[in-house]
Amino acid sequence: MAILTTHALKKHYGRIIAVDGVDMETVDGELLAVLGPSGSGKTTLMRLVAGLEEPSSGKLYIDGHPIMGVPPRKRNIAMVFQSYALYPNMTVRDNILFPLRARKIASDEQKRQLEWVTEILEIADLLDRRPTRLSGGQSQRVALARAMVRTPDLFLFDEPLSSLDAQIRSQARGELRELHDRTRITTLYVTHDQTEALGLADRIMVMEKGIVHQIGTPQQLYYDPADTFVAGFIGDPPMNLLQLENAIIGVRPEHFHLASEAPGKEIALELEIEVEHLEFLGAEWLIYGVVRRGLPQQHQQPRVIGRLRQAAMPTIGTRETHHFVVTKEDACFFDSNTGSRLSEAKVAIA
Amino acid sequence: MRGYPRKLIFYAAIVLLVLFTTLPVLYAVITIFKQESELYRFGANPFIYETAPTLDHLVYLFTSTPFPTFAMNSLVIGLCVVAITVILAVPAAYSLARLTGHWGEHSGMAIFLVYLIPPTLLFIPLFRIVVTLGLANSIWSLVLVLPTITIPFCTWLLLGFFRSIPRQLDEAALLDGCTRFQAFWKVVLPQALPGIGACIVFAFSLSLSNYIYAVTFISESASRNISAGVPTELIRGDVYFWPSLMAATTAVAIPLGIAYGLLFDYLVRGFQSAGAKEG
Repeated sequence: MAILTTHALKKHYGRIIAVDGVDMETVDGELLAVLGPSGSGKTTLMRLVAGLEEPSSGKLYIDGHPIMGVPPRKRNIAMVFQSYALYPNMTVRDNILFPLRARKIASDEQKRQLEWVTEILEIADLLDRRPTRLSGGQSQRVALARAMVRTPDLFLFDEPLSSLDAQIRSQARGELRELHDRTRITTLYVTHDQTEALGLADRIMVMEKGIVHQIGTPQQLYYDPADTFVAGFIGDPPMNLLQLENAIIGVRPEHFHLASEAPGKEIALELEIEVEHLEFLGAEWLIYGVVRRGLPQQHQQPRVIGRLRQAAMPTIGTRETHHFVVTKEDACFFDSNTGSRLSEAKVAIA
Repeated sequence: MRGYPRKLIFYAAIVLLVLFTTLPVLYAVITIFKQESELYRFGANPFIYETAPTLDHLVYLFTSTPFPTFAMNSLVIGLCVVAITVILAVPAAYSLARLTGHWGEHSGMAIFLVYLIPPTLLFIPLFRIVVTLGLANSIWSLVLVLPTITIPFCTWLLLGFFRSIPRQLDEAALLDGCTRFQAFWKVVLPQALPGIGACIVFAFSLSLSNYIYAVTFISESASRNISAGVPTELIRGDVYFWPSLMAATTAVAIPLGIAYGLLFDYLVRGFQSAGAKEG
């Protein structure tokens, strides 16, 4: 268990900036997801932590000790690669024992550790196989075993579920979480899949273009986004962002209420929306519509997505125009220029 | 049966090709054991023994000519060239394969271009060097000079093999507690063994078949190798010792052919992966 701290961490390749001044600190024993679109610098950040790349500037600490210039083998950090990177010339057993042998751990200790991980990950029957004869799920378990076997200070996961079939992915996600609850090793989990991040992580760090936009719990990210990027990235579908006179308002799809059914709270926005089509998702409906009236710039008629939390057929039909309201409590406001979050007090409602 | 004539043509073509490639070898092998009188008689069938076969020419080659010395020299030269090539080309190819950026990407082609400079241009300057170093007339001149052909080629060949091994494997090993060298030795090298095998065969056969350096650098019979020694010893003016010549060539060609056959798949794989990355 360990606390990872970065301070003004930067990495650039020539003129391309991959990580642009990251300040962050993990909580001891947490599972921190690093979430961002491809090219956001999340993988580079992880490689910097692992020591596979050296930072261009800035500082990296584990438990307060600087680790810049320390070679990867001395950092006691384990990494699970996207491709799993199992050594094809060795059996599963030799793969798992490899980190222990490289560190010259006594052989009875090796045996004990091997038994421990094979039991946790239920891979005893795979030990004599070659990695080429494993399925995706099995390879993932073996890669996890190899990472866990030496009880590292820090775990790094690079999209470990992305090469699994969709069917077993959610199951593997649950197993990963369970495993983390048992070991409580501080984990950095890089992913571009928000379902994975929201479902798995204690906290999420949202990155884009080398910059950290927000670090927070899944709930904070969802209900309290720090800026328009997080608001437009988290949630499926994400927050609707609408331009007001002096600010941007963010509305979650489920926060559009029909004016006739409006809760008796202060209203932030009233819109006339023409419904274009409806989408049935089982437990809920998505309503795709165009704002016809209610925004300061009349010529702009942005598309919005609403959500109805019911399985029954909605009363509203396509090509119909309805009045929708958003309560002030539910709305988020952002600066028009910087995109950063504004406190409600500063916003004059149009 | 519509497929039947097509299959017939297919197999006929294969048989023709096989005959085309194996007949010269067969001819050579048959010639070794033929009596001189039959060999020079017009109208004699070259593939049938009309008089009893004889071992005389083989015995002559190994007892009355310096062929055993040539073979020994070729073997020593070949082994030294292979060792030098592997020791230098393996680390060179690994470093270039893992070198990112502009230089790494184009190095493979640059190295291959070096290989394309013909020895017929290089032997004169190289001869000066060999003389200056006092290695003329010694097999060590070839041990020194032949790696100039084999190293670029084998580096290029291995480059493809190393590039096809995912970088993540090295990185996993580094994180698992290895130094760069240990990661290379324990994880990367075992994957590249087929490539190294192909390099060994290739470097050895190149050292055997090189003629121009062997002829120009060494004029003493005792230091000659097979490629230079056999034509000078077994062709006297316009007299060709055909059966012994054939014996000398097949003695080299057959083991080499078998080695190539066994490693053929790896050679092709090396060419493919080295070439594909350059395109």
